[in-house]
Amino acid sequence: MKIVVCVKRVPSTDTRVKIAPDGTSIDPSSVEWIISPYDEFALEGALQIKDEDPDTEVIVVSLASPEATKELRTCLAMGADRAIHIQTDGGSDRDAQTTATALSQVIQEENPHLVLCGKMAVDKDQGQVGILLAYQLGWPCLTEVCQFASKGDAVEAKRESGSGAMEIYEVPLPAVLTVTKGDTEPRYANLKGIMAAKKKPLEEKTDSGGDSSLTVRSMEMPAERSPGRIVGEGPDAVDELIRLLREEAKAI
Amino acid sequence: MTSAIIVVIEQKEGVPTPPSLEVMTIARTLATQRGAAVVALVGGEGGSETASALGAYGADKIVTHPQDPTESGLWATAVADMARSHEPIAVLLPHTADGKNLGPRLAALLGAPMASDCVDLTADGETLVAKRPVYAGKAMITVAGKSHPLIATLRPNALTAQEQQGEGIVESGQSQEDTAPALAIVLKEILESAERKIDLAEASTIVSGGRGLKAPENFQMIEDLAAALGGAVGASRAVVDAGWRPHSEQVGQTGKTVSPRLYVAVAISGAIQHLAGMRTSKYIVAINKDPEAPIFKVADYGIVGDAFEVVPKMIEAVKNL
Ligand SMILES: Cc1cc2nc3c(=O)[nH]c(=O)nc-3n(C[C@H](O)[C@H](O)[C@H](O)COP(=O)(O)OP(=O)(O)OC[C@H]3O[C@@H](n4cnc5c(N)ncnc54)[C@H](O)[C@@H]3O)c2cc1C
Ligand SMILES: Nc1ncnc2c1ncn2[C@@H]1O[C@H](COP(=O)(O)O)[C@@H](O)[C@H]1O
Repeated sequence: MKIVVCVKRVPSTDTRVKIAPDGTSIDPSSVEWIISPYDEFALEGALQIKDEDPDTEVIVVSLASPEATKELRTCLAMGADRAIHIQTDGGSDRDAQTTATALSQVIQEENPHLVLCGKMAVDKDQGQVGILLAYQLGWPCLTEVCQFASKGDAVEAKRESGSGAMEIYEVPLPAVLTVTKGDTEPRYANLKGIMAAKKKPLEEKTDSGGDSSLTVRSMEMPAERSPGRIVGEGPDAVDELIRLLREEAKAI
Repeated sequence: MTSAIIVVIEQKEGVPTPPSLEVMTIARTLATQRGAAVVALVGGEGGSETASALGAYGADKIVTHPQDPTESGLWATAVADMARSHEPIAVLLPHTADGKNLGPRLAALLGAPMASDCVDLTADGETLVAKRPVYAGKAMITVAGKSHPLIATLRPNALTAQEQQGEGIVESGQSQEDTAPALAIVLKEILESAERKIDLAEASTIVSGGRGLKAPENFQMIEDLAAALGGAVGASRAVVDAGWRPHSEQVGQTGKTVSPRLYVAVAISGAIQHLAGMRTSKYIVAINKDPEAPIFKVADYGIVGDAFEVVPKMIEAVKNL
């Protein structure tokens, strides 16, 4: 089976966000970058299929600024076979539609059986690209999958419904899955993997660009929460807490 | 034809869900500003009962459709067809499990810009402007669609639903014979569906427990407190990773983003990734034995103390209200 995993580099989840002078984006200077956690879960799922069936080819694709070579090498060190880096100039902020278009062009050339995306990239927190990609490819799409396995010409995928029930689907291939956290943690790249990654193919392509369908007018820090108070210590404080919740907050 | 703002309604057994009514409320405000009509779409069984409730929330027209919304591919096609025939300026839906899945499908089918998980929508002349959190709520952005319609999902509990005067005209939509072929995903089995729980992202009260509870069986008191408050149970990642609680209960950057009226964090330290999922809650209560725990920085009310002493007392006090 041939699997494409779409990965995005995003600020680490404990980054302190500072707004850039342009007032519409974050100041990247002190940001530490990581692979978006859900994309790591997607890659881990693909690598597990490869563990079972070594004939599986896992290709990671990213639309990103030139610096993202580092994160793509990390994916190769984890066990992906090759990487495709669609290089942007790093400046323009892409919307979900044009991102999906750039990814779908590469995916059509590769013609894989399965495409995996994260359920959302933890930068703009949109959760759109995977589904848009599926519609551009004309393939079925199952979202927020927490576990999946290859069944020859289909995959069996588990998904949790809003009400907490587990649903098991059979998804015919080719298809797009968007992946959420499941029971397994993404593997770490070991030294052997890191050495091997240096020799694995990392293909650079140029981005054909595209006009964003949304304009970012401004970015602001969120309203500060007004400082709270310690109601008291231990069980003796409970009555006062309940009173405040009822009378002041009107929350119960 | 006046322009339309479409609202895709979710319903349970013939009753529109609270997040859907919140979307109705914002749609009504926008429509009044823009001189547009609010057109509500309801799918599946129970559609006509749901429809009759929507006039009171400001729908000018309600279209029911036989398609079952749980078949998301087919429902998306049906919604897109109905939307097209109204030349909408916006298509609005709640940012719920189903809404997250449907919104981007509509954006694809209608070739439209989409703003996910909005906390506010306003009209600036002809343009619709959405405010939404990014970087897990560490910043807010304001975005404008460059073309109509704008697809937007609205975060549950971001505003309060308001009843209006009036009743809408109810129409029934047709299922088209030649809608797109079913995207052939087959649902084979549903496991552990015995207990239908309210989706955490929609709950208006949440009581969450963390590693300080020491053992999975101690979550009983979290469940009891949640039940007494009429809320849902949440958890930190530490206890989900330990297998004490299911992933569906995880709150945070790699779990659910919630914004209830009341969030009670019990024995949770308040790591930045946990805060990312709950810091926009209206009121936050923290119970932690460590006065230095970061959770107290975002809590409106805190009790420094042992959860094993404080929580049982809270359950009792709430029951006695
Ligand atoms: C990429 C990434 C993503 C992550 N995503 C998430 C996420 O989505 N959600 C999430 O929650 N975390 C997430 N985390 C993990 C996060 O960093 C913390 O490790 C986690 O939230 C800690 O959980 P906790 O507060 O339950 O445990 P701890 O940090 O161990 O805190 C336990 C608390 O309980 C208190 N306590 C102990 N005993 C008692 C008692 N008897 N009574 C009262 N209080 C007591 C202690 O004082 C302490 O504050 C993520 C981390 C990373 C790196
Ligand atoms: N620039 C990108 N390069 C590669 N994959 C991406 C990119 N942007 C988004 N994706 C994929 O689409 C998923 C959802 O992204 P988003 O819609 O931005 O939340 C991510 O988890 C990735 O798998």
